This record gives sequence, C-alpha cells and structure tokens, in this order.
Amino acid sequence: MKKITSVFLVLIGSLYASFASAEGGSIEINHHHFAPDTLTIKKGTTVTWVNHDQDPHTVFDGAPEKKFHSSALDTNDRYSFTFSEPGTYHFFCTMHPDMVGTIVVRE
Amino acid sequence: MHSDADDKLLPVGSGRRNFLKCSAWAGAGVVWMMVGGVPKAFALDEYGNLPKGIILSSTFNFVQISDSHIGFNKEANPEPIKTLQEAIDKVNHLPKAPSLILHTGDITHLSKPAEFDAAQNILSGLPAVIHYVPGEHDVIDEGAGKAYLERFGKGTKGNGWYSFDDHGVHFIALVNVMNFEAGHLATLGEKQLKWLKDDLSAVKHSKPIVVFAHIPLWTIHEHWGWGTEDGVQALALLRHYGSVTILNGHIHQVIQKVEGNITFQTARGTAYPQPQPGKAAGPGPLKVRAEELRSFLGVTDVKSVKGEHSLALINSTLA
Repeated sequence: MKKITSVFLVLIGSLYASFASAEGGSIEINHHHFAPDTLTIKKGTTVTWVNHDQDPHTVFDGAPEKKFHSSALDTNDRYSFTFSEPGTYHFFCTMHPDMVGTIVVRE
Repeated sequence: MHSDADDKLLPVGSGRRNFLKCSAWAGAGVVWMMVGGVPKAFALDEYGNLPKGIILSSTFNFVQISDSHIGFNKEANPEPIKTLQEAIDKVNHLPKAPSLILHTGDITHLSKPAEFDAAQNILSGLPAVIHYVPGEHDVIDEGAGKAYLERFGKGTKGNGWYSFDDHGVHFIALVNVMNFEAGHLATLGEKQLKWLKDDLSAVKHSKPIVVFAHIPLWTIHEHWGWGTEDGVQALALLRHYGSVTILNGHIHQVIQKVEGNITFQTARGTAYPQPQPGKAAGPGPLKVRAEELRSFLGVTDVKSVKGEHSLALINSTLA
C-alpha cells in the first residue's frame, strides 16, 4: 500500500512539474512598454508577446547569437518563443530601443 | 533685409495671380527665416504675402515631405494614401515648382513591398526628383533594411548615407535608424561620422549646408527616443559652417531651434499626428477629430533667399 501511495505521489508530482513548465508566459506591449518587463519562467516555457499599440514593434534578442527575433508586429500581432535553455535573456524593440525587457529562465 | 522697392528680388513670375495661388497653398502658412541674424516667424497674410518690408527672393526652393507611413490603416488616419496625395497636390500648386524634394523617412509603415510600391507610385506625381532617407518603419523587413536599400540605396554609402550639391547648396543625407542597441537612442555610428568628416573636408565654410535625417539630430525628448545619441558629434563637425539647416522627421510635428549658425526643424508628416513631447503615455499615432486631422499634417517649402545666408522654411498644413 505504501509503495503504491508513493508511486502515485511521484506520478502526481511529476505531472505537476510538467504542468508548471508548460504554462505560457505573456508579455503585453502598451504605450511603447513591455509589461511585465521582467519575467521569470521555468525552462521549456513558451513566452508570447502581444502588441496592443497602434505602432508596430519588434522583439529582438540583442545578443550576437540572435536566439530569437520577431518580424514586425502590427497591432494585435503576437510572437512566441519557447525558452528551452536556462539563462538570462535580454530583449528590446529594434524600432524603439528604449523598450527593453528581461526573461530569466530557471531549471 | 531687402528693400521692398526692389522688384528684381520678388519670386520669378510674381504678381497678384501667383500670390493668390500662394494663398491657396499657404493654408496655415508660416515663413520662418533669419532676419539680421535672428530667427523670426512671419505669418503669410490672406493673399499669401509676407508682412510689409519683408520680401522673399527665391533663387532656389525645395520641399521636405516626411512620414507618409503608407500601409498604416488605424483610426488616427485610415487613408494615408489619400492625405499623401493631398500633400502632393499642394506641392504641385506651388507658385514656383521646387527644384528637388527631400523625403525624411517612414515612407512605409511596415516595410512591405506593396507599401513601397504604392508609395513610390504616388510620389512619382511630385514635380521633381526625390531624395530619400529611411525611417525606422522602413527597415523592419526580414533583411533589416535590405528592402529599402534595394529601392533607394543606389549611389549611397554604408547604410544609405550620401551627399550631393544643387544650386550652390550642399545636401547631406544621414541614416540614424539602423543598428539600434537596447536601451540606447538612435545613433549615426563611427563609420558614418568618419564619412561625414571626409565629406565636409571638401566643402567651403561659406557654402550653405542642408542635413537631412529621419530621427532628430538633437535631443527633443529622450524618454520617447526623440534624439540621436551621437548627434552632437555631427553638430561639432558642422559648427564652422556659415549656414547649416538640419531637417528631420519622425515626430510628426514642427519643432524648431537655432544654435549659432545651425537651424534645426522637424516636419509634420502626411499620415497622422503624434502627441507633443511628454503630453501622453508614449509616442505613437494620435487620434484627433476627423475635421482637425489635416491641420496636423503638412509639408515644408524651403527657400534659398538671395543675399541671406540662411534658408527660409515655410511650414504649411493640409487644412
């Protein structure tokens, strides 16, 4: 009985862990700002940026490796990226570079 | 200034008819020029005349058009093609056709091929050659500017900068919408500044210079990205020249400044207005009442005034 319970608990536990990591993160763009401008997620999470501005914007990983970048996002356009590696990722809008944000990816 | 008795100084073909044509053009016409070394603004009267005693003799004039944003379709102006056409019609009704046109960028809204096609098609209705610089809306294609350069890059250097002479004025086209870095204002970059220094080394200090670029070369509102981080380096190179006029776009409203021999002016766009610096949560399209829209849009007619070192800038709206 104890063995079944513990196996069951492990199963529930692993289900919970995968559920949390599969949760999406969302960043809204309003008035030339990213909100939130800092997001902490588990690795494997997909982050979606949504542009609510009348102006277009882009989302660009400023690092030389250029891991992620969107095309031009018009009003209501969205862009998603799945962060599979832990680390700290800074991003900005290439049209309005004062718009900056950070995503912290944990194990 | 000039003697009002000297008819030779009046615009070619001037007379009441041309002044009436001028008033149809003027709308909210304001002439801004240097008088005795001091910048002054003069409102044109109902006939399109300057106040008594001020006579504009134009040996050369050109027009600045900016921020047409072809492809924009939101409520601030669902039809930028229509308002661009109205601006072109205004230019075509000038008493004296401009010798050339400057477009200070944001030709398109999303750098799409169809938008560039439509813009070039309508702009071909202008009565003179158009010299372009890109805006940040023109370089958001997959190639980050390749689309703009394919169409307008011929004869340019680097990311699209160049210079040319016309009617004794040296024109310099600068590009400050590429290579943005996170958290920084727009930049001209080392390569372009070096090119500018070399370019100016062949220009006499007495020759009038016009510099045109999309984003203002001086800081108007840093928080909204309305400025160029290394613009001061360009200005340092230009300070020794007797007459420098810097024409920019980007902010969709007229803001002017004079620093010694350097005159700065931003232009209205032909698509939609933006808020005044700091008067809204952020920059971007500003919706105004439909009947007011055209009073926020317009073009700039620039005249080289005989005997005056500086250029006269005439800002007119579409209303």
